[in-house]
Amino acid sequence: MEIVFSLAVGVMAGSGIYMLLRPRTFQVIMGLSLLAYAVNLFIFGMGRLRIGDAPVINPLRGSDPALYTDPVPQALVLTAIVIGFATTALFLVVLLASRGLNGTDHVDGREPDQE
Amino acid sequence: MTSWQHHLPILPVLIPLFAGAILLFSSETRRGPRAAIALCATLAQLLVALMLLGIADGRLASPWSGGIGVYALGNWAAPFGIVLVLDRLAAIMLTLTATLGLATLVYSLARWERAGIHYLPLFQFLLMGLNGAFLTGDLFNLFVFFEILLAASYGLVLHGSGPVRVKAGMHYIVVNLVASLLFLIAAALIYGVAGTLNMAELPQRVAMLGADERTLFKLGAVLLGIVFLVKAGAWPLNFWLPAAYGAAAAPVAGVFAILTKVGVYALLRFAVLLQGPGAPAPFGGDWLFYCGLATIASGTLGVLAAQKLDRLAGFLVIVSSGTLLAAFGFTGTTLTGPALFYLVSSVLGSAAFFMLIEMAERNRAPAADLLAISFEAFGLQDKHDSEHPDGMVGVAIPAAMAFLGLSFVSCALLLTGLPPLSGFFAKFALLAAAIAAPPDAPLLHTGLFIAALLLSGLAGVMSLSRLGMRVFWNTARSAPRLQWIEAGPVAGLVMICVALAVGAGPAMSYFNAAAQSLHDAPAYINAVLPGPQTGAKP
Repeated sequence: MEIVFSLAVGVMAGSGIYMLLRPRTFQVIMGLSLLAYAVNLFIFGMGRLRIGDAPVINPLRGSDPALYTDPVPQALVLTAIVIGFATTALFLVVLLASRGLNGTDHVDGREPDQE
Repeated sequence: MTSWQHHLPILPVLIPLFAGAILLFSSETRRGPRAAIALCATLAQLLVALMLLGIADGRLASPWSGGIGVYALGNWAAPFGIVLVLDRLAAIMLTLTATLGLATLVYSLARWERAGIHYLPLFQFLLMGLNGAFLTGDLFNLFVFFEILLAASYGLVLHGSGPVRVKAGMHYIVVNLVASLLFLIAAALIYGVAGTLNMAELPQRVAMLGADERTLFKLGAVLLGIVFLVKAGAWPLNFWLPAAYGAAAAPVAGVFAILTKVGVYALLRFAVLLQGPGAPAPFGGDWLFYCGLATIASGTLGVLAAQKLDRLAGFLVIVSSGTLLAAFGFTGTTLTGPALFYLVSSVLGSAAFFMLIEMAERNRAPAADLLAISFEAFGLQDKHDSEHPDGMVGVAIPAAMAFLGLSFVSCALLLTGLPPLSGFFAKFALLAAAIAAPPDAPLLHTGLFIAALLLSGLAGVMSLSRLGMRVFWNTARSAPRLQWIEAGPVAGLVMICVALAVGAGPAMSYFNAAAQSLHDAPAYINAVLPGPQTGAKP
């Protein structure tokens, strides 16, 4: 499971960085989203990977920490998702404004000079 | 039983939160009440910040023993709950934020507030993020407050719209979003290894780490350092800064003058907590010093090359960031106090300068066009346009040009560190501390630091006088019309710097005390985590 997980994080982060460095605003926003997914998974993984364990204490199972997964990274991930969602939405608005004002979707607001 | 003073540290976060929420839901057309709410909220923050300043120094009755105030949210004890920590440094930064906030808010009420929507609520949220970032004692909360201030700043940098702002704003947003993602990776790595996000508990946990875990922790710390350096505008991560600050509306750029200092502040705070022989790269050794020097060099080159006042101001911000980084990276801790003095003086000076150049350049054609377009877009034709002198509201200052010239000279003196204003005292104290450096400081560092400080000042003088002549001795230009509430904040900020220069002795001793208590990491840790530790490692 660790291999699959780390491959998923790595592939998403790699594609995200590639897209981020592309010259079109839509590619940039896709890159940012992919990077955000990778980062969220990474935070989740930092609480150690466990299968089928809940982060909330169950009275029937007792209070031994070994029986539960770490709740803090899950709380962090939730916050990170919300913030990432909001900032992506905001960037989308800026992207559209830039397209409307400049008539191009290049990140510099103008097309690079053609040879 | 807790006294009401126990709850003071939460107020700098709560006041702007509620004020911003009220402003968000009130109609944009009711200008009077909205301005009153924003002004009251900012004044209240200034008042609270001043009280906290007194409490941290022990001049007002402090409800906490030992000078460091700890506010446990929800009354959950430190390693498990989230705490706000108030020491002298945090109090200084809070006061600076509130002062700057008040000045730029008053200035923006004259006209800039009407150039777009939601200016006032965003402004309050920006102040909330700043205050929270200075107060928090928790790594993840630092991230959240960073995000709050950045989200507000994204809105503010676009305030007034127009192609230039949208382009500069887009670059600013992308760079900061990527930095935020790095911050998350760093926070997750540090939590995954050390098992805590509490800044006071972190050093204790790090001391217990094994060799392989320590490598991972260092990786997290390095990423954290990179994030703070991006925020601080350190070279080579600062190419977005002059464009974004130059394109932003004047009062926004004015309050942005403190944004780079948030990164510097966070860097300093973590450097103190993680100090020791095994300190990770950005927080220890010569690394930060050379990074600061490179930042000064790149900023100085920009200052010399700048053809427009707003870009020049952006590069001056970079120079001041670099000076601070180099001072904090210098061997020993004697430079921290003077550096804090320099921080306050340069932030006030840059903010005044950003507002000043907007007033001085107001009659220039391109800027006026841009402004007219954005006012038109929102159906708010500018009443103070020079074509309609009859429609003037407010008092036109007869000696507008004289005032602007005098303020320009004051700002130039402040930013380049010439006597007699506070910039000189700050730079002089920095140089004196560098010369009297501890014997273990390499001579090369002292020389480089002095050279960088003096040369950057010289470049600033040259560039400012060149552009100043072009702007103020140009007869083709008509004198801009100013309103009292625009001139007032600039004059106020300059007067504060004059007061800092007159009261340099007491101010310097406060800054030195702040530096001393900052570098006393055990006191900070003991204040946040009293008693033996019982935290379990996950």
